[in-house]
Amino acid sequence: MTTMEPLTVIAEDGATNGYDPGLSEEELLHCYRTMLRVRAFDEICLKLQRSGRIGFSIPNLGIEATQVGGASAFKKSDWLFPSYRDFGMALFHGVTPLDMMHNMYGNGLDTSKGRQMPVHFSFVDPIHFVSISSPIGTHIPQAVGAAYAAQVRGEDTAVLASFGDGGTSSLGFHSGLNFAGVWKSPVVFLCQNNGWAISCPIEEQSATDGFAVKAQAYGMPGVVVDGNDLLAVRKVTLEAVERARNGDGPTLIEAKTFRMGGHSTSDDPYKYVPAEQYEEWGKKDPVDRFERFLEASGLWKKGGRDELYAEALAEMSAAAAKAQSTKAPGLETIFSDVYADVPAHLRSQGEFLFELGKRRGDADAGGGEFPL
Amino acid sequence: MVTLTLLQALTDGMKTAMRKDESVLVFGEDVGKRGGVFLTTEGLQEEFSKQRCFDTPLSEDGIVGAAIGMAMNGMRPVAEIQFQDFIFPAFDQIVSEAAKLRYRSGGQYTCPLVIRTPYGGGIRGGLYHSQSGEAYFCHTPGLKVVIPSTPHDAKGLLIAAIEDPDPVLFLEPKALYRSVKGEVPEEHYTVDLSTLREVQSGSDVTVFCYGAMVPIVTKAANRAEENGIKTCVVDLRTLLPLDEEGVLEFAKKTGRVVVVHEAPRFCGFGAEISALIAENAIEYMEAPIARVTGFDTPFPNTLEHHYMPDDRRVLDAIEHVFNY
Repeated sequence: MTTMEPLTVIAEDGATNGYDPGLSEEELLHCYRTMLRVRAFDEICLKLQRSGRIGFSIPNLGIEATQVGGASAFKKSDWLFPSYRDFGMALFHGVTPLDMMHNMYGNGLDTSKGRQMPVHFSFVDPIHFVSISSPIGTHIPQAVGAAYAAQVRGEDTAVLASFGDGGTSSLGFHSGLNFAGVWKSPVVFLCQNNGWAISCPIEEQSATDGFAVKAQAYGMPGVVVDGNDLLAVRKVTLEAVERARNGDGPTLIEAKTFRMGGHSTSDDPYKYVPAEQYEEWGKKDPVDRFERFLEASGLWKKGGRDELYAEALAEMSAAAAKAQSTKAPGLETIFSDVYADVPAHLRSQGEFLFELGKRRGDADAGGGEFPL
Repeated sequence: MVTLTLLQALTDGMKTAMRKDESVLVFGEDVGKRGGVFLTTEGLQEEFSKQRCFDTPLSEDGIVGAAIGMAMNGMRPVAEIQFQDFIFPAFDQIVSEAAKLRYRSGGQYTCPLVIRTPYGGGIRGGLYHSQSGEAYFCHTPGLKVVIPSTPHDAKGLLIAAIEDPDPVLFLEPKALYRSVKGEVPEEHYTVDLSTLREVQSGSDVTVFCYGAMVPIVTKAANRAEENGIKTCVVDLRTLLPLDEEGVLEFAKKTGRVVVVHEAPRFCGFGAEISALIAENAIEYMEAPIARVTGFDTPFPNTLEHHYMPDDRRVLDAIEHVFNY
């Protein structure tokens, strides 16, 4: 069963035609605030990158509703296998901006210990937001494996695998969805069709009409949803999560949205994205849309956004300042976590580098479980 | 003790590990009801249920990718890749994912999995059922690479690999599956990874080898003994992380070294052994280090016995370094 017309919930005027998202007033405001915090995090990171304080960042403008609406369907005990443009999901579930900023700076408190590029987050608490990999699609079969582990143990965990339109061309998309179909895995596959895989438009990515239709080939339902409508994304994701928990297997969701920025801070999208696409999608801003819903529901007063956004900016700036003043990782982190124990050849290579660092006086060893 | 073939010892190793730990899962192409194309997993599904020993779709990338997810989420997967020649679609999952997960997550996520796969020639398998790809994987920090050559080691190393907290590529010398037999303890035991084994002692020449080359080298060493050359044979067993100290110790003992593997020579594992010795023990060397390896060609079918090192070629090398 595959739908072709994107499901919407929030109409232009903010009305929802009676749909009850099952969220309290506070939870609805949390969704709204999270989207603004994603935007604020992006704005601060862009400034940090342009001023040379961090090396790289990934903008999320335009796709906040897909991230937050999707994430809202999962519990803290579930597992999220995110792409690199998904950190709104982490923010939604309570990961702190400070922990994210530590990663942006690659400092000694970064969960990855400064080993990964910025935006490659890894968290286990308060939710499993699985360590992000740069190669595309590799996490998709992994999500299916993590779900299998839960199935074997009889847990009711649901697993999310999130990726973009480009990700559907990867080896992992095929193997992951194929395995999930056969194993009836409790996995929700969320394809964020944002129109562009760096500079490759969807017409050059796939000959199918959208991406949800691919679900049919793997024996699972495919659902198309308006990705700029937070409640619509929440609705279809909740239904998919319910199917997963009930043992009815996986679902492929295609959220139609648009990347209003570049692929990354190293990209110039104005070279390849036609101006009219920005114009068209600019009118469909997901935050505006959700705000209209809040207003129509009497939960929000027009004009209050500036203050909330200023708060979010201040929060992100403070986190950035703290992360910036946090020490770089010690030299031992080059050699630790390769294996559970440091084998002899890595010890000797480490000792060589510590000695060199000491002589040059430009790096510290120690603080970690090495030297031994 | 029971007398088992290498293959039976592997089956016994998996059964022993599965009985001890419910989180051990065995899967791959045809491993369930069929028991694997070599029958290594025969009887597992019967004893442990379809949930713990099962067939997968025909996708190496999917097998290893799923195994990584299982390992991340508390299981101990043992994934079979039917032939090592077919492992390359999973190269990305092994090299960029399994081997880097602990590192890139600062230890938040780990990947205790085993990938078992038959490797090597000698069964008339031609290009795609004969390769020895260990060198590709030994270049991968975060991965362990293990190759047994006896039934005792096969069981002990396999259990150690399954219980290891990191990903292990377990290469099985298919030429030895049924051709070697040996005594194997019936109970649970492990053989420490990263420890080499002295197959036989000798004070004139040291030959380093592993996997299917071990019996061939041993045969050559025995022929050398007949000619008065006392040859020490060392089975490396774990290629990564390598027991470097052990290699240097055995190299220094004789000062005359031969390295044997069936994989191609260029950038092969023998190059690493040679460089290790050259860097750390060149002053002990009485002769240039000799390598006996497969040729730098794809693996042939009809003429495979000319491609693979045999005892004659190994003996020649032993005599060469001895007489240098």
